[in-house]
Amino acid sequence: MAVSASSWSFTEDDFAAISRSLERFLADSNARCALIVDRAGQLVATVGEQPRFDAVAFATLTAADFSANDQLARLIGETEFRSLVHRGEQESIFLADIGRRVILVVLFDTRTTEGMVRLKAKWIIDDLERTFAALFERGHSARAETKGILAGAEDEIDRLFQ
Amino acid sequence: MSMINYASREINCKIVYYGPGLGGKTTNLEHIYGKVAPDSRGKLISLATETERTLFFDFLPVDLGTIRGFKTRFHLYTVPGQVYYNASRKLILKGVDGVVFVGDSQVERMEANQESMQNLYDNMAEYGYDLTKIPFVVQYNKRDLPNAAPLPDLQAALNPGWEVMDAARQRSMPNPYQQGENLVEQLPTGEWVERAPYFEGVAISGDGVFDTLRAVSKLVLKTLA
Ligand SMILES: Nc1nc2c(ncn2[C@@H]2O[C@H](COP(=O)(O)OP(=O)(O)O)[C@@H](O)[C@H]2O)c(=O)[nH]1
Repeated sequence: MAVSASSWSFTEDDFAAISRSLERFLADSNARCALIVDRAGQLVATVGEQPRFDAVAFATLTAADFSANDQLARLIGETEFRSLVHRGEQESIFLADIGRRVILVVLFDTRTTEGMVRLKAKWIIDDLERTFAALFERGHSARAETKGILAGAEDEIDRLFQ
Repeated sequence: MSMINYASREINCKIVYYGPGLGGKTTNLEHIYGKVAPDSRGKLISLATETERTLFFDFLPVDLGTIRGFKTRFHLYTVPGQVYYNASRKLILKGVDGVVFVGDSQVERMEANQESMQNLYDNMAEYGYDLTKIPFVVQYNKRDLPNAAPLPDLQAALNPGWEVMDAARQRSMPNPYQQGENLVEQLPTGEWVERAPYFEGVAISGDGVFDTLRAVSKLVLKTLA
């Protein structure tokens, strides 16, 4: 039995690589902003126009929304919904699963269309799936690296909570 | 699943407050919200029914300080207590790094406490997580009420301990939070057991709320050390 959900890390290089692809996607699709959220609801990265809302709360609700929809899919006999769209009058949200590890969230408005976002999202989803598969693979093989970050910091941790 | 974000210099961890309905989980979060400086916390998000019972979850992000140049950001969640909301409870446990069980000390709530504890074990096991191996802290709340059960009764019912099989861990470990008690100890029967750290709480006045949060956060960070 797994001890816990373990941890994973996201480096500046990962951020640079993912930003590059996402920026290209935003330019192609005319969407405003893209966020990467992990399945536990943590905001991993934001690319494009900086959102004017509370992005941390947004990330949490996104993950909850996605999990709830996963269960809805199962109830009706589907294994999952690969993507979801919430349509607003001005602003809309497109969400897509990335290898069951993270969620891509795209915010777009009337400067583009849902069809365009979906179409252009195809390659970015494939691209992100490869990137995150490698990234999580690394997490498993090099757990020592993640652990190392607070290695020997016991005293500092104790002091933080005095 | 804690996430170490080198790009934003943050360590993100998820803590879930679990327990029977009306035990005081939301009150714990409200107290934390009220006491933490606004620049160290986010909004308190509540997905509640019209009658204010938690429907899906309450959520509060708090920063507890900086270690090695990384902001330690804790995402606190509560789950709905009512039995019929098990599907949402299970979803919230996904990727959890530490659990706080908020028990209701009232004698009348003993059975509800035990059911909720069992449900926690079961839901964790379904994800393949082992509650005896991840950061886990128990809070006995509502100590102010006249019908609160004595602590030893609550400990016996909800935190009786699990067997320590690993020979290397079979030695007494003092409980840093309760003088004269041990977290790991040998029973008269010869068996070694470990119990979760526990705290008494009066969440409406804030007693024990930060002790509980600090204990679980510290345990979570220590898993990264
Ligand atoms: N007397 C007393 N009441 C409490 C305490 N903590 C919470 N409550 C009350 O118990 C009720 C349920 O609390 P709540 O936080 O909503 O429970 P939850 O369902 O576990 O989230 C509320 O009316 C609280 O004011 C406590 O320590 N003592």
